[in-house]
Amino acid sequence: MPDWEGARLHVVSGKGGTGKTTVAAALAMALAAEGRRTLLIEVEERQGIAELFGISALPYEERKVASVAPGALGALGKRGGNREGEVFALAIDIEQALLEYLEMFYKLGRAGKALRKVGFIDFATTIAPGLRDVLLTGKACEAVRRKGADGRRVYDAVVMDAPPTGRVSRFLNINTEVADLARFGPIFTQSQAVMRVIQSPETVVHLVTLLEEMPVQETVDGVAELRAAGLPVGAVFVNMVRPPVLDEAAVLAAEGDHAEELALALADAGVGARPNRNGTRKTIPAATRKLVEPLLAQGREHAARVLLEREQRADVQALKLPTYELPLLSGGVDLGGLYRLAAALKEQGAA
Amino acid sequence: MSSAPKNASQTSSAGQTGHDPLAGRLLDVDALIDDPATAIIVCCGSGGVGKTTTAAALGLRAAERGRKVVVLTIDPARRLAQSMGLTELDNTPRVVKGVTGTGELQAMMLDMKRTFDEVVLAHADPERARQIMENPFYQSLSSGFAGTQEYMAMEKLGQLQAEGNWDLIVVDTPPSRSALDFLDAPNRLGSFLDGKLIRILMAPAKVGGRSAMKFLNVGMTMVTGVVGKVLGANVLQDVSTFVTAMDSMFGGFRERADRTYALLQAPGTAFLVVAAPERDALREAAYFVDRLESDRMPLAGLVLNRVHSTGAPQLTAERALAAAETLESTDLEEQPTDSVEAEVLAAGLLRLHAERMQRIARERRMRDRFVSVYPDVPVVEVAALAGDVHDLKGLREIGEGLNRRP
Repeated sequence: MPDWEGARLHVVSGKGGTGKTTVAAALAMALAAEGRRTLLIEVEERQGIAELFGISALPYEERKVASVAPGALGALGKRGGNREGEVFALAIDIEQALLEYLEMFYKLGRAGKALRKVGFIDFATTIAPGLRDVLLTGKACEAVRRKGADGRRVYDAVVMDAPPTGRVSRFLNINTEVADLARFGPIFTQSQAVMRVIQSPETVVHLVTLLEEMPVQETVDGVAELRAAGLPVGAVFVNMVRPPVLDEAAVLAAEGDHAEELALALADAGVGARPNRNGTRKTIPAATRKLVEPLLAQGREHAARVLLEREQRADVQALKLPTYELPLLSGGVDLGGLYRLAAALKEQGAA
Repeated sequence: MSSAPKNASQTSSAGQTGHDPLAGRLLDVDALIDDPATAIIVCCGSGGVGKTTTAAALGLRAAERGRKVVVLTIDPARRLAQSMGLTELDNTPRVVKGVTGTGELQAMMLDMKRTFDEVVLAHADPERARQIMENPFYQSLSSGFAGTQEYMAMEKLGQLQAEGNWDLIVVDTPPSRSALDFLDAPNRLGSFLDGKLIRILMAPAKVGGRSAMKFLNVGMTMVTGVVGKVLGANVLQDVSTFVTAMDSMFGGFRERADRTYALLQAPGTAFLVVAAPERDALREAAYFVDRLESDRMPLAGLVLNRVHSTGAPQLTAERALAAAETLESTDLEEQPTDSVEAEVLAAGLLRLHAERMQRIARERRMRDRFVSVYPDVPVVEVAALAGDVHDLKGLREIGEGLNRRP
């Protein structure tokens, strides 16, 4: 059974630059396998999803961005038979979301336009920036709870590409704050409803990290902060993992007297000039020598990184949370790459 | 500040031809920080590209080259803060110890709430200030919604500049696209203040009959009703109290926002966009460059962090891979152990080198794409470091990296 069977709202956060959007998209695809339907939500108005899927900018409407054929992400499971999975995406536009939010309570008609005219929209989204977060979390929770004509939920799972770690607790708890401010009335009721979803077992908050010091530190801090805020911590996604080519033992061995043999090995492999036939095998041409030092330097750098990554991985493991690793795709992530990442997630049990 | 010549647009697939498309438009960071006319440097860019580190490194280098500098950081990583001796978020510049040379470096972390409180105290009499600060709406607003940070960073910049204790202020910005939202502040505050909403909010009870509202015709009464109903009567009361209390300050707010905007546009200010040679980071950098240009903000250039290089550019990725395969397919059992070890190592190093060369080519493609779209933006590349910065020495190395010529 997949690790997050009961979860319906997956909030994906992480330090900037760790690839939150990519991980969120891959997760939405993995969760869509076996005939399921998922919604991927973007909240920062960057159009990162459109960029990732290689499509034109998304409007403020739920739109299908990918399908997941049966077996596309590896072995077929029992759940979905032969049905095709679907990934929908939504880029939230704050202004429209606000009008929609107000519409939820009242038929606005002309008053909606008038609100814009008197600057309420600007006021609400700029001067009272907390409202942005209310709208974003509200929209996500609405999608989670929405039911179709058959009485079943429209989406099996909703994945949100959320604000970075430093802001995510506050972002998710905004409705508690709003409920405190409003105390009663429609906004209060709505905030309570949103908080019920966010604090329920249906919601998990995942953090994306790289095997580097700052992102790992921020992940450790983030987990503590989420827990303190009473938010459900999900998994850690370690992104852009590079396979170790050489371990430090091998590189250390190369220091000192091995340089000579290394130069020879390189020359034998056809890199640099061949050793002089008339001399002993120890005569290394200058061209080959010029290669040895830089290559060794790169090897040392690599070994140092492998060591550092090992420490970082230990710190991540110490959190005792489910952890998934996603390989670095050289050349960047496109649609094909997303399928590969989704398959990796599925294989590791994330979906 | 030097602006780059416009004519260097031969960007024909650089790297292959050996032509460097950056030639002639390198960003000269030392010239920028040494220029006594440079009074403010604002670093912006997406998260995770080393923006805060760049700001700190610039500040240190400028100080060690004789300037009196203050660095304003927003939510720095703990280690970076420690590297500058910052241990608490107290909203006050602290002298950074261990700086050499005749200059001086001070650093501070922004405390949003405290900065907001300071603004209130500066603009309202004590009684009104107390009312505002006790208002739940204010408490919520000031303690860190998205957006408040951006405004308060600029407010703090204005304060530091007004204090006049430093001849260079280096500002870090929050790690999001909204980092430049403060550029909208004067306009938005303006439309809000000149607008009708504020009057509705200030006087929810008597709106309907007021002459000021007449031209808004039917929609208005509905709006008032909706605002009241949606927010709930008690919220409207809180907001109303808050806005009324703030009213006397708003004029001051607007004036300050206008002044900060003018300060940012002034010749003494330089914006640096920070990025890494990756698709997402450069896309964000392009957004920032466009945004700064449309607001006619003085853009000094792009700092491209974490750029990879190699000491053996003569060996291509293809040849390195081929050689690695040759080594790996050799029948190892017929050879002495020593040479087997050497061959395994050589193959590994060749594979690493191939990876490195591919990475360099990819980074260069990303960079060149940016450069051909923005031929007028000077660029400086900073080499990738093995680990994070833990101390002043690390910051100093980055400062040197900012000025290393290829």
